[in-house]
Order: sequence, then structure tokens, then C-alpha cells
Amino acid sequence: MTAVLEVSDIKKRFGGIHAVDGVSFEVREGEILGIIGPNGCGKSTLFNCILGQLQPSEGEVKLDGRVTTGMRPCDINKLGVSRTFQLLQIFPKLSVRENLILAAQEHKGTMMSRLFGPRDAGLNGAADQMIAFFKLTHLADELAGGLSYGQQKLLDAAMAFMAGPRLVLLDEPAGGVNLTMLGNLRDRLKAFNEERGATFVVIEHNMDFVMSLCTRVLVLAEGKVLAEGLPAEVRANPAVIEAYLGH
Amino acid sequence: MSEAARTRLNYAGVAIALAFLILAPLEFHRYGIYILSQWAVMTIAAIGLNLTLGYAGQVSLAQGAFVGIGAYCAAILTTQGWPLIAAIALALVLCFVIGWLLGYPALRVQHHYLAFVTLAFSTLAFLVFRNESWLTNGTEGIDGVPRPTVLGLSTTPHLYYYYFCLFMLALVTLATLGLVRSPWGRAFIALRENPLRALSLGVDTRRYILMAFAIGSALGGLAGALYAPLVGLVEPPAFTLTLSLNLLMMVIVGGSGYFLGPFLGGLVAVLLPEWLRVVDNYYLILYALLVMGLLIYSPTGLIGIVDRFLVDRRTRAASAARAAASASIERP
Repeated sequence: MTAVLEVSDIKKRFGGIHAVDGVSFEVREGEILGIIGPNGCGKSTLFNCILGQLQPSEGEVKLDGRVTTGMRPCDINKLGVSRTFQLLQIFPKLSVRENLILAAQEHKGTMMSRLFGPRDAGLNGAADQMIAFFKLTHLADELAGGLSYGQQKLLDAAMAFMAGPRLVLLDEPAGGVNLTMLGNLRDRLKAFNEERGATFVVIEHNMDFVMSLCTRVLVLAEGKVLAEGLPAEVRANPAVIEAYLGH
Repeated sequence: MSEAARTRLNYAGVAIALAFLILAPLEFHRYGIYILSQWAVMTIAAIGLNLTLGYAGQVSLAQGAFVGIGAYCAAILTTQGWPLIAAIALALVLCFVIGWLLGYPALRVQHHYLAFVTLAFSTLAFLVFRNESWLTNGTEGIDGVPRPTVLGLSTTPHLYYYYFCLFMLALVTLATLGLVRSPWGRAFIALRENPLRALSLGVDTRRYILMAFAIGSALGGLAGALYAPLVGLVEPPAFTLTLSLNLLMMVIVGGSGYFLGPFLGGLVAVLLPEWLRVVDNYYLILYALLVMGLLIYSPTGLIGIVDRFLVDRRTRAASAARAAASASIERP
């Protein structure tokens, strides 16, 4: 399997604080990599460096062999990488369908063609399919701000998939989601991985979620890679138990 | 209410408003027509500001300056014998370019910091209008701005110039409606609501911010180019920060980010003070109290009141539907 994402010796400093300190890893096509670690260990900062929200102090990021370090988030997104954030990031004053159309419209044509093209940028059908896939059909025309937290989480995830990305980075997708909705979310993510071959990187604290979803796990502690391996290997790793999982 | 019924209601509303705007001035005296023309012109400027501020969320206190630039374009060119259409084209292009450039600070600063940047530009524009006498005739201004001849008909009578302004307002309305209903409109809203997420979804926030400033400013310039022949005299005091604040008030009072907001805001800012003149010297005090009262009652403006009512009704209908669905599931 080829590497979709290659992260080489990424460092990010904020003044004297080393938030990310020389992290390297690869994500292969079709795999679901989980990133775990205690709060403040640099997981989200690492995501932000990969996706252009922050410029790394040192190191390099490659997508499909192409260096993307220094590129803007919107340009990285157009290379087929999307993400969700730790905190919910939807557009509450747009309907569910409009949120999804927005999530893919910039991938259609040029800025000028979108001005004079159809209102839905030709994405109504795709949005409806995504809405059905995430079981939100009955809410398609509701304002996103009026949805429950769990439904908004599903919408947030659905938006990340709308443009048909090759790689999706999910930052704590299970945070604050109830058990029923969590199962639903895990099923949808697995289905996406199996049916469409999407590759994921998932930051998550919910270990059951990580262990049942991810094919490989990377553990961060104090900005460095502490361990890497299959979920069962990581769970049994004494250093990981000591630093994060506990006895 | 079904989608079709809502569309029919919208069309009926537009037809009634249009019929009123065309027929009512036939009964108005000269001053009434003049004030209505001013409403049409300032509504164009407010539509521009609503794009920049209401839709794209970029604070601007410079819209009055763009009206001034447009007005001086029209005054300088038409008094030199150029047709108004040439002045309008120049005002649109010039304000578009300056607006685009003014958008650059918005890429780095936001909210009240951005307001101060645009305020500084507003002051700078005023100083140019007042001090660059070789171009603007300084404090004396430019008098005798002629009204255009349209299709062989002189628009010197107030009524005819009003219809010309109304026609231009209709064109701007249609163009802006097309814009806000296109994917651009959605991108503008995304920019306002959550720029971080918009960027991560491929929305080139930099280009959209610049476009929001440029288009909004161009509409300000167009309004200015129509304002000059309406008033006949273009002088610096007309384009101080007060005008920018008035336009801002039009957008906020009407309903920032709502398409119809500037139209209603224009009614409040331009026509309401005239209607309140029945209370003689107290009319501005009463006007200020009414505006304060309105914004306390509905911070989202006049359209916000209607929107709140519609959302409440939709929520109640959705709750009733959910309750009915639950009842039918529970029933054996």
C-alpha cells in the first residue's frame, strides 16, 4: 500500500514550549490510524500543522508524495484532504443540505463559473445521498443550528466527506456524543472506509471507539511519538499504560 | 406553507411594492419625489454594505467614502460633458479597485480593529475631497451636476430622475439577488459564520473577503454616481463619517444579512425622519428614540422580527409533526 500522508520530523514551538517535537509517521492508503495521548500532548497542533492551519517550525508534510508544508488550508483541502475540529464547526444559519453543498462547492469549477452557475453548484443530489448515508434525511431542510448536539456531530463528519476526500482527519469525533449516536457514527465511518476506500486519521480519547475503529494506533506524549502499532499491541504497551491509559 | 405558496406570496409582495413605488410618486409633490429618489440611491449603497457586512461579516465604516468617490466621478465627468453612463462605469471600476485594496487589511484584522482601518480610510477620502482642490474644487464643491438624458428623454424633472434611480435600484436588486443565491452567497455566509471551517472546506476566504469588499464598495460608488445628479451639488461635508454611520444604521436597523434589510433600513433612515416632521423640532429626538427602541426590541432589525416569527412557526410545526409521529409509533 502506498503512503497517502508522510509526516517527517514535524516540530512546532510556541515560544519556549515544544508542542510538537519531531513527530514522524506515515498513513497508508485505506487505513484508519488512531492518534491518542493525554491532553496537551500536541495531537491537535499536529493536525493543524498537517493541514496548514499552523506553519510547522521544522519538518515536512507530504500528500501523495507532494510537499504541502506552507500551503494554505483551502489549497490542501482541494488536494483531497478534509478534517473535522475538536469543537463543533458547522454553519448554524444554513440548512443541513446547504452545509453539505458548501462543503463541496469550491471543488466545482472556477470561482467565476460558480457565480454564474446553478445555485446548488450541481451538488443537490450528492448532498441528498450524503444526508441519507448519515441518516439525516428528515432534517435535510432544517437549520443546522436547530439540530441536537449528536446530529450536529454527524453533520460535521458528513461535511468532511462531502467532497469525496482521499484522506480525512477527524479530531475527537466521539466527544460529547451519546452511545447510540456513537455507534451510528462508527458504523458510518467504517462503511466509508470499506465502501469508498477512504483513509482516516482519528484523534480520540474514547478508547473503545479507537480500538474498534482503527487499524493502527500512534501514541503521543509531550509532543513526541511514544508508541506505534496495532491497537492490541498499543493497549498492552507498558509505556503507554504508564503515560496515558493507566492501570 | 408549501414552497409553491411561498413563492406565490413572494411574487405578490414584489408586485405590490413595485406598483407602489411606480404609482405613488405620481401623487407626490417635488420634495416627496426627491426624498423617495434619495431612498432609492441610498438603498443601493446600503445593499453594497449589506454584502460586505451583513453577508460576508466584514465591518466597514467606509461606505460613505465610496458614495463620495462615485459622486465626485459623476460630478467631474458630467460637468466636463461626459455622459453619466461613463461616470457610472468609472465609479464602479474605481470603487471596485479601491474596495479590493481596502479589503487587504481585513485579511489581517477583524471586528473593531477593521472598523478603525476603514474609518481611517473614510477620513482620508474626506481629506482628499476637501483639500485636493485641483480635482474636487475643495470646500466649494462642484455645482451644476447635470441629469442625464435617457433614451432621448431628459431626466431633469424630479419624477423622471426618480424612475431612472428606481430602474437602477431594480437592476442592482436583481444582480445582488443572483449573487447571494449563487454559491458565492453561501461562501460569504460561511465567511461570516465560521471562517476557520470555511477555509478547511476549500473556501478561499482571502479572495471572497476581497470580493465582498470590492463589490460592496462598487455599489457604494454607483449610489454616489446617482446621488450627484440628484442633488446637483457635490461637496465634502456630504461624505463624512456621518454618511457611513447612516448607511451602517440602514443595514443594522433593516436587518443585517437579510436581503430585504437595506430596503427597510432605507425607509427608516431616509423617510422616517421626514414623516416625523409633524412634531416639528422634536422630530430627531423622536427618531433617535424610535431607532433605539427598535434595536432593543429586535437587535436583528426589522426583518429579524419577521424571521423570528417564521422560525417560531416552523419550529412549532416540526415539534407537532414529531409528536404526531411518536404517538403513531407508540400506538399498538
